[in-house]
Amino acid sequence: MGGRSKLVLILVLVASAIASHILSGGAEPHIPALNPYYYDVLIGIGINIILASGLNLVNGYTGQFSLGHAGFMAAGAYASSWLTLSYGYVLGVGSWATTTAFLIALMLGGIVAALAGLIVGVPSLRLKGDYLAIVTLGFNEIIKGVIQNADAVGAQRGLGGMVQHTTFFWTFAFAAITVYVVVSLVNSTYGRGFLAVRDDEIAAEAMGINTTKYKVLAFVLGAFFAGIAGGLYAHYKQFIHPEGFNFMKSVDVVVMVILGGMGSTAGVCVAAVLLTILPELLRYVAHIESLPEWLRHVAENRMIIYSLLLIILMLTRPQGLFGAVNLKKKRA
Amino acid sequence: MSAPLLELNEVTMQFGGLKCVSELSLKIDEGELVGLIGPNGAGKTTAFNMITGVYRPTLGAITFAGKSVVGHRPYKITARGIARTFQNIRLFSSLTVFDNVRTACNMHLRHGILYALTRGPKFAEEETEIEKRVVELLDIFGLAGERDSLCKSLPYGDQRRLEIVRALATRPKLLLLDEPAAGMNPTEKVELMKLIRFTQEKFGCAVLLVEHDMKVVMGICQRINVLDYGRKIAEGTPAEIRANPKVIAAYLGKEEHDA
Amino acid sequence: MIEFLQQLTNGISQGAIYALIALGYTMVFGVLRFINFAHGDVYMLGAFVGFYLGPKALKMFSDGPSYPGAIAVLLLAMAICALIGIVIERLCYRPLRERPKLTVLITAIGVSLFLENAGQFVFGADPKSFPDVITDRALEIPESWGKISGLTITISQVLVFGVTLVLMLALSHIVRKTKLGMAMRALSFNPVAAQLMGINIDVVISFTFGLGSALAGAAGILTSIQQPSIDPLMGVNAGLKAFVAAVLGGIGNLQGAALGGILIGLVEALVVGYVNPTYRDPIVFGVLILILLFKPTGLLGASEREKV
Repeated sequence: MGGRSKLVLILVLVASAIASHILSGGAEPHIPALNPYYYDVLIGIGINIILASGLNLVNGYTGQFSLGHAGFMAAGAYASSWLTLSYGYVLGVGSWATTTAFLIALMLGGIVAALAGLIVGVPSLRLKGDYLAIVTLGFNEIIKGVIQNADAVGAQRGLGGMVQHTTFFWTFAFAAITVYVVVSLVNSTYGRGFLAVRDDEIAAEAMGINTTKYKVLAFVLGAFFAGIAGGLYAHYKQFIHPEGFNFMKSVDVVVMVILGGMGSTAGVCVAAVLLTILPELLRYVAHIESLPEWLRHVAENRMIIYSLLLIILMLTRPQGLFGAVNLKKKRA
Repeated sequence: MSAPLLELNEVTMQFGGLKCVSELSLKIDEGELVGLIGPNGAGKTTAFNMITGVYRPTLGAITFAGKSVVGHRPYKITARGIARTFQNIRLFSSLTVFDNVRTACNMHLRHGILYALTRGPKFAEEETEIEKRVVELLDIFGLAGERDSLCKSLPYGDQRRLEIVRALATRPKLLLLDEPAAGMNPTEKVELMKLIRFTQEKFGCAVLLVEHDMKVVMGICQRINVLDYGRKIAEGTPAEIRANPKVIAAYLGKEEHDA
Repeated sequence: MIEFLQQLTNGISQGAIYALIALGYTMVFGVLRFINFAHGDVYMLGAFVGFYLGPKALKMFSDGPSYPGAIAVLLLAMAICALIGIVIERLCYRPLRERPKLTVLITAIGVSLFLENAGQFVFGADPKSFPDVITDRALEIPESWGKISGLTITISQVLVFGVTLVLMLALSHIVRKTKLGMAMRALSFNPVAAQLMGINIDVVISFTFGLGSALAGAAGILTSIQQPSIDPLMGVNAGLKAFVAAVLGGIGNLQGAALGGILIGLVEALVVGYVNPTYRDPIVFGVLILILLFKPTGLLGASEREKV
């Protein structure tokens, strides 16, 4: 039962290590490094998988509608960046030392994000549906606002100069770990509690499940992984700005979860891949000379497409690609 | 005379200007099968909700196994040994039959989140144990064959039974059943009566039954409490209640009113 | 003292705008129990209707700004926004009426984002300058009025007060005295019973959306008269604040929405005037979080219990 998924995890970790080595051009005989553009997209996919799986735990498995995931990503991005910028060489200057420092910073960034998740999770105990969504949105704005006024991390100017510690390996290693954690947790008896809370809170409490614990735990875990994703992002792009973690970014992740099917980690990962590639496809379409001008303009504006996608999905297939939850019948 | 398992003392539930339950006192001893009846709106489900912690009584005391249960979260009260079913079936609709019962085993877990993640031998051991227990329970109630079906796909009567099985998985000392016979045909009701008696004997739990069907109530309850407009108007054995003029008036009066 | 009164005046006039938008949120919540995320964007569309069709409407009356012209622009925007609201409901929300709330919420977010981004696409993202529909002047209260002399009120502010008052009275009349208004209230109290009484839910809901959207459109015009710079994202901030106002007053409660709007306007003005303008938005969010935590039913709202 538990053995198989652990095996899969280890396999994926090994595979990523090998892939990482090859992609960066380090393999013998010399395989040229992957085109940086495609590498970019791959890293983006990995980071989005982490974001989407984490959010899926909150929105999909526990049924708490969170619209502020980007805020947690920001917390992790800024916390880990500040740490590596201030203390990156505290363990030494060799590559092992700096990588270890990076990993510690990443973890700490995740913990800072988890704390933010705790704070946001508390109101979730008293609020449902629409109200909860708006409050999480509010917190996203508040976190963004705090960063915008914090001179120590660049405020409105953004924060840059981080060393590019994020590699293909680290990205996909953490992606694999995130998926493993979410899936094994949810499938255990312990984790079935999340689903019970989603399906019927009152019945769940009556069956001895501490709904508070599960709701807060979902937020904390989801936020932790978002923080990791943020740290990885920051140490890849080497520059972050508060506007990159706004409501639109949260919506990006929410669309992945909805498209994938809330409550299906596999679906959500597929959706993450699709929606990372989609903007690139659109950008390509926008440059095709033979298409009419207006069509090319629409392709450039991916939010129009996303929003239409959301509306059409909800009208025609609310359970997304692989959704397990039956969203067709209203509760009596 | 040992102390009662559950005791309500002058319990009142007031919502704004409306008193749903007024000065209700009743007791249930260990292993007893007690009924709670009354016309619609008499306050029976409200009483259940107060006992299980969903509502906090405005006044009065509720003790279970000697300790007060007022002001505690429902999940804590379930941990003390009170389980319930609901008037409108509240199963976990996206889960299978097996998982519905499995969630009720959550509260007895010896391991926490760390074990669920590292999945060592202790975890596997406990999960196997839980699986055994769930299948056993399902088997007793004839639902083992459906274990991997979605609970929604079960016929109505089976769903009600599943709710009872789920409640029993919490190892209760007192089981509250809220109109378990609702929507059942006469054959199913006879089965239900046997089931409740069987549950009481096999699991040694007391049962508080809210039910509208008089045949069911009179058929299995050892004692019956009657509520009308939130007040207890009578208490006694089935025979006593059947003959009680106040009870008859309460029900007949309601019928006249509705006509 | 004067400064305080000045802030109050500004606050009330801004609050009136929020109140008009909040009424729409609250009415829709009352009949459908859902928050129309896209409502703020209808307000934005109202402003743009005024921008594109305003000059033509004005021409019908005189060769420049005029009061009848302004009223015409207002009514035009209200009518078009009402239509937009009804169409949105028909296309995007009605098919989802039997589905769980979450689905509609997500759809509403989609509609909102679509309107904002399509707006940027069609109108262009840069701010536009709203045409002058009236000649705005600042009136300063003369010395002879004693204590409150020196206070400045602009004609546009007076117009905002006046129009808002008229619209609220009209709404109140509609809700209390007309059949559709009573049907709206019946629907918000008990949808099942309302249907059993023969009320055509579809018509009433369309009507509710139409009314709410018309008010939002009016708010859009009134805002643009006071602050002529409009852009496709103006509905985001105003919509959110109006939502907070609706919740503060008690969502589902019309007087609450009006009260909430004025209060939020006042809070904003006081924060800008006496604390720090950059804290204006966070404080309004803070108010929202506080109400939802301590009194989620708002100042005038009633408790709703889930039946167990």
